[in-house]
Amino acid sequence: MKKFMPIVVFAVLLAVPLFGLNSYIMHILILVLLWSVIGMAWNILGGYAGQVSFGHAAFFGFGAYTAGILYQHLGISAWWGLPASILVLTALSLVVGYICLRLRGAYFALATLALGEICRVSAENLVDFTRGNLGILIQERTWVEKTWYFYIILLIAAGAYLIIKVFMESKPGFYFIAIREDQDAAESLGINTTLYKTIALCLSGILTGIAGAFYMNYMGYIDPETVFHLYNISIVTVMVVMVGGAATYWGPVIGAVIMVFLAEIIRSLPHIGAAHQTIFGVILILIIMFLPNGIVGDYRKIPGLLGIKRLKKKAQP
Amino acid sequence: MAQLELFSQTLISGFLLGGLYALIGLGMALIMGVMRIINLAHGDIMMVAMYIAYWLYVLLGIDPYISVFIAAPALFVFGLGAQKYLLTPVMKVDSILPHNQVILTVGMAMVLSNLATVFFTGNYRSVPVSYASSAWYLTDIWKGSPIELSLSLPWTLSFVIAVVITIALWIFLGKTDMGKSIRATAQDLDAARLMGVNVDRMRMVTFGLGCALVACAGCLFIPIYYLYPSLGKQFTNIGFVITVIGGMGSTNGAVIGGLILGIFESMTATYIGMGWAPVGRFAIFVLALVFLPGGIVSIFRWKKARR
Repeated sequence: MKKFMPIVVFAVLLAVPLFGLNSYIMHILILVLLWSVIGMAWNILGGYAGQVSFGHAAFFGFGAYTAGILYQHLGISAWWGLPASILVLTALSLVVGYICLRLRGAYFALATLALGEICRVSAENLVDFTRGNLGILIQERTWVEKTWYFYIILLIAAGAYLIIKVFMESKPGFYFIAIREDQDAAESLGINTTLYKTIALCLSGILTGIAGAFYMNYMGYIDPETVFHLYNISIVTVMVVMVGGAATYWGPVIGAVIMVFLAEIIRSLPHIGAAHQTIFGVILILIIMFLPNGIVGDYRKIPGLLGIKRLKKKAQP
Repeated sequence: MAQLELFSQTLISGFLLGGLYALIGLGMALIMGVMRIINLAHGDIMMVAMYIAYWLYVLLGIDPYISVFIAAPALFVFGLGAQKYLLTPVMKVDSILPHNQVILTVGMAMVLSNLATVFFTGNYRSVPVSYASSAWYLTDIWKGSPIELSLSLPWTLSFVIAVVITIALWIFLGKTDMGKSIRATAQDLDAARLMGVNVDRMRMVTFGLGCALVACAGCLFIPIYYLYPSLGKQFTNIGFVITVIGGMGSTNGAVIGGLILGIFESMTATYIGMGWAPVGRFAIFVLALVFLPGGIVSIFRWKKARR
């Protein structure tokens, strides 16, 4: 049964637009899928290879700006941004990898955090190229209906899932985990850690960039403050994975569902809406303290935390 | 001559700014040295201190320089609590991701900056102290000076107080028992524990001390800077850039790193453009990571070793 789970979920999602849901619900579903893609991408680098990044907004924003600049300066459809972002993000990931991957642990996290901020400030200041704080607006939307956007992001999400599944069940995937568990030991076993960390970074960067390019097409408007935002993009990405469960296949998806719905619910509440970051921060702290491996990773702990003692344990002496 | 004047003016204001930056960097370097984590809530703790100083001035009329003595102890206690009830429990939690404590400080930063927005609105505020725009001139002291320099009074005052605090910290770390225990914990955790140092207590004191230092920096920044809830992020960035330039966890390095960053930022702002100052900050951060991963202190260590 577990084996067919992805196919069942995929089939159900394929059928969703046929129900004729209203466009708000479709919007939420698209956001959930978008965040699942970003979460899965982060999970490759952060969850499996153990290199925690606080700068995925850089990759996301680069993808979005690749699409936006193609439209703005070359006048071609922003959908070309999806294939183009693969090239751009590979180049960016190689540069970032060269600089940052020589650092370990928390210092890598810092370097990526700085990277996100560098991208934001550069995008704000390169006014001729990125239009600065004015942002880029796509004048004509491809579709008014959300159905096709939904199918495109669903395909991207399914592709990301397949890539990760194939990768993690082959040699490189085991190398990633070896690097996460003990980098020196992995090195001494003959794993080229720099190479495999770079591969993880490239894969993660490319998937995030494609999600960013899709975001440009879907939202139709970007500016540096939205796509390079530290809390709203980089940290939410980390949260999606932390809440769902790092280094699990379904963690980012479940995290995305929870985070997107939570964000929508909190923002719609009349007085609490302004404090949504406080609530996110508290959730982050609680998750780290009580469910450090996320809902998927630590689901056995949840009944205990809620005060429901399991009978099995009592039976054992 | 005008060029030289501009240059020395930039240099001196950069130096003054660097003195204040050093104070931010010192707190972060202490925490990084003892606990091996990066406190990403550092700037937001400074923001809290700035709001304390602001409200003390507006409601009670207490001068920001005097509120150093109120804000610093308050945030020292905050730091003790945060370490005891949030960071220490997380250290014992078993998880896949290794940097739980760092992510936890991000959560703290989010809560602090958002709560400030909710309570105090996102408006920019500044403390209208009477001496805010007064300045002194080089020609006042040296009549025949070929170039004219002007320095704002609050900048100079803040710089002097920052230097005094830095020296006090240096004496505390170098001469007192507790300071020595903190340094021992930073150098070798297990050895310190074997020598009878209460490592957990030292961690608490260090985190409190780091918060208190950045609170001082906040109070010193208040007369010369404006205040808004999301300013913390920027100063967190400054803090970790300084610690990387100076060398991870080195307090002496943090002072040098702070001065370098202050001068560098002031130069970028004057000669390239105000908006590019943050890019300049990160550019030296990346350069330091690539070419001098051990920071400034590694140069000194290397020289010592060669001798």
